[in-house]
Amino acid sequence: MIRIQQEDFDIGAELAQLTSGHQDIGAVVTFTGQVRGTAEGRPLTAMTIEHYPGMTERELEAIEREANARFDLKKSLIVHRYGTLKPGDNIVLVITASAHRDAAFDAAKFLMDYLKGWAPFWKRETGPDGDRWVGAEDRDDAATSGWEKPAKDAAE
Amino acid sequence: MRLLYFAWVKEKTGIAAEEIDIPARVATIADLIAWLKTRGPEFANAFAAPEVVRAAIDHAHVRHDAPVRDAREIAFFPPVTGG
Repeated sequence: MIRIQQEDFDIGAELAQLTSGHQDIGAVVTFTGQVRGTAEGRPLTAMTIEHYPGMTERELEAIEREANARFDLKKSLIVHRYGTLKPGDNIVLVITASAHRDAAFDAAKFLMDYLKGWAPFWKRETGPDGDRWVGAEDRDDAATSGWEKPAKDAAE
Repeated sequence: MRLLYFAWVKEKTGIAAEEIDIPARVATIADLIAWLKTRGPEFANAFAAPEVVRAAIDHAHVRHDAPVRDAREIAFFPPVTGG
């Protein structure tokens, strides 16, 4: 299941809802991404996350399908927030549940890595000396990394 | 066709979305970028380094050699930074 929302999420409530009634689950891994109070040594007062409605849902669903194809998961959840957030706020939640721990650990890492590479979100950091798009100045890295998608999901 | 711009690409072009008819000679994303750059300084600036601009056709990531003729919606954006 995937969700994109402005409002915060309650990790305990999400976990309980995801796994309730499942007696085949022996391992649950949760990952939460939060807003740091500094960015490359500068204080950060806010982070604004923009996304591409329609494509974001499609990408997250593809990412979740891929994780379920690669790992033996019983349940999975991705929640990603957008809008303006403050340091300490939650950004993203990934929960993976499986019979044994390896699949849940591996799938949670896979989901986050894949999401960071492909889901159409963009972060803008606000600090005392103005705003800056995350990654906007890393042009050399940006041009060469993460462009090729696994063949299975590659666009034609 | 509908064109969308996100993040700093949107800030530089100054628009988020537009409906536009593209010239018949525009066959690929790379052609489209080259043509967009001729529309004014804002577009020339937004696409000054086209290799760092990502594209999607109808909600799917594509490479710059992807054909655009059948596209309903094309989006341009910087490398994604979610998570």
